[in-house]
Amino acid sequence: MDFSDSPEERVYREKVHAWLSANASPAVAEQDLSVVADADNVPRAKEWQARKWAAGYAALTIAKEYGGGGEAPIKQVIYEQEEAKFDVARGTLDIGLGICIPTVVVWGSDAQRDRYVKKALSGEEVWCQLFSEPSGGSDLAALRTRAVRDGERWIVNGQKVWTSGAHFADYGLLLARTDPAAPKHKGITAFIVNMKAAGVEVRPIRTMAGSAEFNEVFFSDVSIPDSDRLGPPGQGWQVGLSTLMHERMKAGKGFGLAGWKKMLDIARNARIDGAPALKDSRVRERIADNWAQEQALRLLSFRAQTALSQGGIPGPEQSISKLVDGTLAQQAAAFMLDLVGEPAVYAAGSDSPLRSVYSSWMWAAATRIAGGSDEILRNVIAERVLGLPTDARPDKNTPFNEL
Amino acid sequence: MNFDFSDDQKALGEQLRRALDKASPLGETRRVMMEREPYSRAAWTVLAEAGALGAAIPEAYGGVGAGPLEVCIAAYELGFALASTAYASSFQCSSALLRWGSDLQKEKWLPALASGAAIGTVAFSENGAGIEASAISTVVREGKLYGAKQAVLDAMSADVAVVSALQDGKPLLCVVDLHSVGVTRVPHDCIDPTRPSGDLVFEDAPCSVLQNTGFSSAQEILNLGAVVLAFEQIGAAERALFMARDYALVRKAFGQQIGAYQGIKHKLADMYLKIETARVHAYWGAWAISTNAAELPLAAAGARVMATEALDSAAKENVQVHGGIGFTWEHDCHLFYKRSRAYALALGPALRWKEQIMRQLERANVS
Repeated sequence: MDFSDSPEERVYREKVHAWLSANASPAVAEQDLSVVADADNVPRAKEWQARKWAAGYAALTIAKEYGGGGEAPIKQVIYEQEEAKFDVARGTLDIGLGICIPTVVVWGSDAQRDRYVKKALSGEEVWCQLFSEPSGGSDLAALRTRAVRDGERWIVNGQKVWTSGAHFADYGLLLARTDPAAPKHKGITAFIVNMKAAGVEVRPIRTMAGSAEFNEVFFSDVSIPDSDRLGPPGQGWQVGLSTLMHERMKAGKGFGLAGWKKMLDIARNARIDGAPALKDSRVRERIADNWAQEQALRLLSFRAQTALSQGGIPGPEQSISKLVDGTLAQQAAAFMLDLVGEPAVYAAGSDSPLRSVYSSWMWAAATRIAGGSDEILRNVIAERVLGLPTDARPDKNTPFNEL
Repeated sequence: MNFDFSDDQKALGEQLRRALDKASPLGETRRVMMEREPYSRAAWTVLAEAGALGAAIPEAYGGVGAGPLEVCIAAYELGFALASTAYASSFQCSSALLRWGSDLQKEKWLPALASGAAIGTVAFSENGAGIEASAISTVVREGKLYGAKQAVLDAMSADVAVVSALQDGKPLLCVVDLHSVGVTRVPHDCIDPTRPSGDLVFEDAPCSVLQNTGFSSAQEILNLGAVVLAFEQIGAAERALFMARDYALVRKAFGQQIGAYQGIKHKLADMYLKIETARVHAYWGAWAISTNAAELPLAAAGARVMATEALDSAAKENVQVHGGIGFTWEHDCHLFYKRSRAYALALGPALRWKEQIMRQLERANVS
């Protein structure tokens, strides 16, 4: 049992670190998560991606023949751990590079791979993921956006929602219903859609945090050539599922919205009945509890990293971590605001020292919903890990147009 | 990165699982309770035969010379079997002897503790005052011990105890043969009769002082116990979760398995969540023991707090999932429910360990 790199991993980490030191400045503060999906951040993100591409760090786990690094997933983990120590534009291109492009690599034709993969890896073209719809969030297969075949093209009509980065994306990975007479999971097809095509309209959604990271995307008679169909007709559900595998191969990614250090800091300065809050046993218990949960997240990522390091696939650590993280961050932020007391009502101010706590409190609410809600993840654990029966699904085998 | 046990260590776990399943099923734990025995000789014999008792004791003293990771693996299996026997406490006792014992003290006790001929324990807590340094009123005078220790886990089965006491006003640890004249064991009705505690009263009891020990020695031994006990707790919690899961698969209500309802599914998912988050803490604690890491006080407290919560949750929700049958004497749910409290109270309650976490965090993060 140890936490050190293997000799090969250590050499790789040193190499990556040396390259990063030569190409970026060390991080001075935590990255402000709210700029990740900001259009203003795109040029910087593209510029950084281009540099990574030139140096061979653009997509470490994608095979070399498609322009990736052809490395094991553990190398990606190491790269990301090192990159996190530097002040670079992270996150903005993640959906395209982490989800859409690996899916194109797996399901795409040679022509599609040639056309799309390198331009994305080099930072030239940006992608978004067009899965969720107003009528299907957790129940993704309930999607209603229609694609109707018309000779060598498909005509798409419908609406997507919660699409991060649609306002600056060049292409999107789209799931649409092509056979309404088939049961819901079987009538779906995946497409690559040009976001600048006629009939694509992107409207920002303002979140409760006030910003607009997500969008609604409307399709009105959008024409997609059949050559941009991804995978066979009716196999869209399988294409969508394969993106989840890519999610699972990640490990050691920072969650950490909570922060016991920040909590300790606030408790040192706040006062309860004239004494430092840090001396209050209720406060002490809360901080200890928070640390224990945060530390568990860190240790879970070590478990996932161990699996990758040994060439295996991580277990359910990511589901567990996400479940712990959202609730923890939400409770921790509210507690920190409470510790400060009445003046914390000003935390929304852009120059408030509590701005990051306020932001964390807002975004924790989204963490608990996005990418598998708390409830869906509990179902996943109950069904796939513990072997309990799946929920009753009366819609599973019924033709979609009879639901 | 290798945050896992080795294949050999896992194999020891599997071997113990099979042996305990045979020698110490839940029926054996129940028998110990019904017949008011101090411990299960059958379970103890399994540990002895597998080399689990001397895992962390050097070969020179009759042990296996493997290490504390093997001890953690065995503790996990004991917890899973809900066996009625000392283990963490005996490990604490031999660890104190190994650290601070004279050659004579080691030769007297370690081979017996390694072979299973003797059961060890530690006795730190005193009447109404817990286990802290300020609580000690037991004294050593001219090689004799005077005072009383309360709620000593495995006091009724142990042969030897490491006891905290004052000598010339200073705290230290000493070793006491519990079969000596001057030692009285006082039994009590315990929450968990399958792991009974008892009081130890010393009046003119011969003892031998462990050299260079102070209250920090007791804390160190507590930290070791916290990690090993955390493995027992997590083993027991996982067993309780499996019991609840198995019942949810066979019990039907309103026309379907109760395990098909989200009220039950999500409850079981939460039990699992608490177990897995506790497990990684316990692993970290095992690493800290095995490497003598400076993080041990923090890791031990983290393991203790999380494992206590995991078993509390698993044991009580196991009863809940079973419904009425889970509240009966005949069903095994209460064995876990009672054990959860016995483990939670041994070594001091979670609140004490949370305070230990805070002191470590403050030290690490001085502003």
